[in-house]
Amino acid sequence: MTEPKKLRVATCSLAGCFGCHMSLLDIDEKLFDLLKVVEFDRSPITDIKTCGPCDIGIVEGGVCNAENVHVLKEFRKNCKVLVAMGACAITGGIPALRNNVDLWDCFQEVYHYGIGLENGQIPNDPELPLPFDKVHPINEVVRIDYFLPGCPPSADAIWQFLTDLAAGREPKLDYEMLHYD
Amino acid sequence: MTEHNVCDLPGIVARWNNDPANMVQILRDVQESCGTIPSDTLDQLAKLLGVPRVRIEATASFYHFFHAESHGAYEILFSDNIIDHMAGKEELKRYLCERLWLEPRKLSEDGLVYVDDTADIGLADQAPSMLVNGYAVPALDHSRLDLIAELIRNRKPLADWPPMLFEIPDNIRQAGPLTGEAFTPGAALLATIARGTDATLAELEAANLRGRGGAGFKTATKWASCRKAEGEAQEHAGPSQVLPGPLGGEPSVARFSGGAHYVVCNADEGEPGTFKDRVLLNSHADLVFEGMTVCARVIGAKQGLVYLRGEYRNLLEKLKSVLARRREKGLLGKSILGEQGFDFDIEIHLGAGAYICGEESALIESLEGKPGKPRNRPPFPDRCGYRNQPTVVNNVETFACAARIAERGSAVFTALGTPQSTGSKLISVSGDCQRPGIYEVPFGVTVRQILIECGAEDAHAVQVSGPSGTCISFREFDRIIAFEDLPTAGAFMVFSRERDMFEVARNFTHFFAHESCGFCTPCRVGTSLLRNTMDKLAAGKGSAYDMNEMKNIMHILLDMAHCGLGHTAANPVVQTMEKFPDAYEKRLMKLDFEPAFDLDGALSTARLITGRDDEWAHLAND
Repeated sequence: MTEPKKLRVATCSLAGCFGCHMSLLDIDEKLFDLLKVVEFDRSPITDIKTCGPCDIGIVEGGVCNAENVHVLKEFRKNCKVLVAMGACAITGGIPALRNNVDLWDCFQEVYHYGIGLENGQIPNDPELPLPFDKVHPINEVVRIDYFLPGCPPSADAIWQFLTDLAAGREPKLDYEMLHYD
Repeated sequence: MTEHNVCDLPGIVARWNNDPANMVQILRDVQESCGTIPSDTLDQLAKLLGVPRVRIEATASFYHFFHAESHGAYEILFSDNIIDHMAGKEELKRYLCERLWLEPRKLSEDGLVYVDDTADIGLADQAPSMLVNGYAVPALDHSRLDLIAELIRNRKPLADWPPMLFEIPDNIRQAGPLTGEAFTPGAALLATIARGTDATLAELEAANLRGRGGAGFKTATKWASCRKAEGEAQEHAGPSQVLPGPLGGEPSVARFSGGAHYVVCNADEGEPGTFKDRVLLNSHADLVFEGMTVCARVIGAKQGLVYLRGEYRNLLEKLKSVLARRREKGLLGKSILGEQGFDFDIEIHLGAGAYICGEESALIESLEGKPGKPRNRPPFPDRCGYRNQPTVVNNVETFACAARIAERGSAVFTALGTPQSTGSKLISVSGDCQRPGIYEVPFGVTVRQILIECGAEDAHAVQVSGPSGTCISFREFDRIIAFEDLPTAGAFMVFSRERDMFEVARNFTHFFAHESCGFCTPCRVGTSLLRNTMDKLAAGKGSAYDMNEMKNIMHILLDMAHCGLGHTAANPVVQTMEKFPDAYEKRLMKLDFEPAFDLDGALSTARLITGRDDEWAHLAND
């Protein structure tokens, strides 16, 4: 008997807090069931650094710097279905609070005037990702197929969403899974 | 400063009866006498009125015409409707700014003058137009702006400016039962008293009068339901006496104690392209006030309020003098026309630049001194309106119609129009036509007939009833103006073949994003997303994805928004998309997807800060 082909899934966290990935792990013992139908490509879980052809890409966090754009475009290129997971990916979320602060002021505060700093310098190493003047939701940079809301989305919501996709159903979350207070 | 004086705060508060419910009026007077509403004024007002500062601040920060920072001795606001743009508004604004050596939205260096935009000011037939310290100046051209620039540079007080700058003709092109026939003040009231209130309601019912604000609710039903509703007589407005008007001078109104029902006239004509109420109030105010008084007789109200949009500030003194004359003639005040117990008076409240206050429950909130945010409905105002009492809110034109019907009987209406839409309708025609102005037409008239009358042979599209109404293309010019086909509050903006309907819709998305009251998220965010997406398309960065997104936003607005503003905010986009697809398609750069912002450009600040210019400090905009 041949096993059905597993769905290949990649995940990443851009300008986020990894809370959505923690929620993904909160699926707990059902992770074993999940692993029967999916396998992971690039992901903080596997520590694979580049993304190959995948069925599903899941992105946590918004876009705050140039590197985020490269990662996002790599995901879009390789993933058949791209999912924005959590408030930051969908709206910019908490990191976007800096959008009301001038980037110059941010840098000055961090590298010049911060407590305990002496002769502070603004780093200019090409290895460091260059920040945008504002944080953007990921759907402003690439086309997104699904939005999975929540801060973070509950483990149940992520489970429901992934199993729906794996079974070839249009994902549908009940009201309780989208109700946060 | 030549224009503004020191503010007599206690005097203003006393003029408005020390009543926090008159907050919008108090703030208007502060703004008008000081030119700003400084922060410490809010503290003083809080003390004088005995309300928390935040409550005052909520109101002060809500309205476009209130501001804490100085706008100088001359505040100039250009009307920003698409009709003004078509008449060269942008170029004229630049011209004036150059003549005055300043940039828009920045106080001039000598602190003298400030130039900005504002939503349509009700002069689309005389576009482009502007407000100077709240007073409308129509028909702008280079020579008028030269004159204005000189007056400002010479620091001439507004009162000494040539009156011809402020002359606003009515432009009535086609008259009818409302605008074309003489009216003797008191005639409708005499007829109402003779006929009795039940029979008057029956006449309105027989005439099938429907609300002229656009929604078309039956006036007789509204009045009857309000009359039946029970109010609580209350002592609210202080002693019953004649007080000096808010701006000094002649007494404005008598204030009443008791009286549980209210009559409110919605003169917040904010829908871009509409200006018929301006004309009715300018030349037929008696008809409007008489309609309100007939309503008061029917529902048993003691007090009436006119909510006049701030943009029509220039009409205030004239309207007050009409009210004073009516009081002298015994048509307002105690025992009207000698009828014992028929006491009614009318007070005028001014708005402060908020389109949403045209929505009746937001209007009532504003009358009560609060930010103009729509209430949950039901209960509707007929049961729970001003000060939570039964209130009839009708459009200016509706009251004028009611007065005519009371005066002459229902036949004057049933003889005109269609069975479902009787009588006449005032249409405010503007845009690409030879004779813009007011056309009083019988309901049932086709769009084509109006276009012929106004001289618009080249018309390609018409926006009926303003941005929240219907955009119709040249294929649909045989549709009729009537509640059963094209309901309208009166706006009729004509666009010729040369006009870009995409730009028309884009102007309207900016309007809605600016005018959303911010109360509900779908509207606050949805209108901004629509505006941003239209701007993206205008910049040549659009894709099919964006078109789809706008349709999705429309569904969200339609399903989730709290009031009509949100429900209709996507109409201009969706309708032009459907009827003028070419205007959109030529702007689509890619069929799939385009980022919403300039990726490489958004890194430029950080490049500047870090001094980097390496390969990784750039992004390809592919």
